[in-house]
Amino acid sequence: MLKFLGRRLLIALPTLLVIATLAFGLLHATPGGPFDSAKQMPAEIQRSIEAKYHLDEPLWRQYLRYMNDLAHGDLGPSFQYRNTSVNELIRAGLPVDAWVGSLALLIAVLAGGLCGFLAALKRDTRWDYVPMFFAALGIALPVFVVAPLLVLVFAVQLRWLPSGDWRAGEFRYWILPVLALALPYTAYIARMVRGAAIEVLSSPFIRTARAKGLTTRTVILRHALRPVLMPLVSFLGPAFAGVLTGSIIIESVFGLPGIGRYFLIGAINRDYTLVVGITVLYGVLIIVFNLLADLSYALLDPRVRLQP
Amino acid sequence: MSSAIAPEPRPAGQWRQAWHRLRRHPAALLALSLLGLVVLLSLVVPLISSFDYATPDWDALYQPPGRSHLLGTDGLGRDLLVRLMWGCRISLIVGVAASLVSVLIGVLWGATAGYAGGVTDSLMMRTVDILYTVPFIPLVIVLTVLFGRSFLLVFVAIGAVSWLDIARIVRAQTLSLKNREFIEAARALGLSNTRMISRHLVPNLLGVVIIYATLTVPTVILFEAFLSFLGLGVHAPLASLGTLVSDGANHLRSHPYLLTIPGLLLTLIICCFGYLGDGLRDALDPRAER
Repeated sequence: MLKFLGRRLLIALPTLLVIATLAFGLLHATPGGPFDSAKQMPAEIQRSIEAKYHLDEPLWRQYLRYMNDLAHGDLGPSFQYRNTSVNELIRAGLPVDAWVGSLALLIAVLAGGLCGFLAALKRDTRWDYVPMFFAALGIALPVFVVAPLLVLVFAVQLRWLPSGDWRAGEFRYWILPVLALALPYTAYIARMVRGAAIEVLSSPFIRTARAKGLTTRTVILRHALRPVLMPLVSFLGPAFAGVLTGSIIIESVFGLPGIGRYFLIGAINRDYTLVVGITVLYGVLIIVFNLLADLSYALLDPRVRLQP
Repeated sequence: MSSAIAPEPRPAGQWRQAWHRLRRHPAALLALSLLGLVVLLSLVVPLISSFDYATPDWDALYQPPGRSHLLGTDGLGRDLLVRLMWGCRISLIVGVAASLVSVLIGVLWGATAGYAGGVTDSLMMRTVDILYTVPFIPLVIVLTVLFGRSFLLVFVAIGAVSWLDIARIVRAQTLSLKNREFIEAARALGLSNTRMISRHLVPNLLGVVIIYATLTVPTVILFEAFLSFLGLGVHAPLASLGTLVSDGANHLRSHPYLLTIPGLLLTLIICCFGYLGDGLRDALDPRAER
């Protein structure tokens, strides 16, 4: 176990280094700096600003300085939001994404899991066909079509819910973003769980359990549930890392002040530190959640030996 | 496998058999014909229509779907049907071209790793593992922001990102093929390496590759649409399905048809590729016979 963790972390470090270097290199390789704005600044002011952010130093010094700060958990100051550090921006945006994302994933797991399991139990009946048709549709419907459509139906036409103009703390503002984010995940999970459940339900140990005279309920809860959950776990790891860094589309459609929006605005305005910082954060989250997924995999299935 | 023993009429070829199996898949066939229809329409409609995708018509702004403009016009009076069909062309071209790039890289990478084995294999696959954790969507966004919204860049970038899955699958397939009896038999017969690869390895890999290529196309189309939605895709007068959806989302309150029509078409295309992929999986994957 410890050896497994150690080796995984050993692989994680060079991966993070690659990510950070790639992002840093890309942003610096391109023409145009964050302070080449349309309005002309006096040369001295421009120079002093660049000196303040160390942009006047040779690239390798900037790189080493950045990596050193990064190793200490400091993502540097934002270029675009003056007097604000990237860490502060992330701290402001992360809770919003974490809430919306966790709620959406929770809905997706419950609804998708239930539909998928039901479809597998009642295979080739309408309990299978109807949900699976909607699941196929849900996978094909892109978020950037679903989100405006939800606004159109529930905010513009029915006037049940507000759209945009995010106000924190009011429950009504959470509903549409969470639904829009949950929809594709629900569809995906439903299909995945159905596939896994069909395979598990037709395997010999389930037949044995049934032959022993156990009730369907016991068979499902005690025997079938665990192996069905396995693929779900490895799916949820990266999915969780994904929602934590925010969905750019959801955030821009509903005006959520999350990380995805900071990222997009940062990328357009060449806010080096903000973009590299969020990219690194995403990399860290992916690595951490993949690790967690693998660990819980081993907990769920005693046959799995942890080998990196 | 009785054909090896008794001399019997030559069994139907791999492709004929696959076609037979595909024909038993109504959803896949429907998807295939719908896709064919979309391709045909996207080629023909801009040719025969009297409207142009770029020229504004100030007398026909925001016309709802009607007689002269079948699907209405947008905020600059441009015919939505023509723009939609141009959007289909662009989205499909990007989808197919980028998928070809990714399939090419993926097959070469995976087959080399699987065939070579040993240190080469583990080095190549470790690289894939590392690349898997690299957050590509942010990187592609940064790339397109920085290097301008070049059409070429968009699909090279997408193609370069999506080869990882194919590389893994092809490697696994190659590994399992390498130790099969018929390969050993071919080797025992003294077949040359090129002949072995072209006659025995490639035909057996092709099925899997075609399936995953079919499944890559919709993800690429979605990705391009996603970039276009953020304003990072194709340039203004030209349209892809993504830019059309994005335009529509901006006029949501007043002119919802501008969102619903492109959105539905995009969904239809993605759906069709999904069902086609499922059908092809059943038709081409030998294990699916069970």
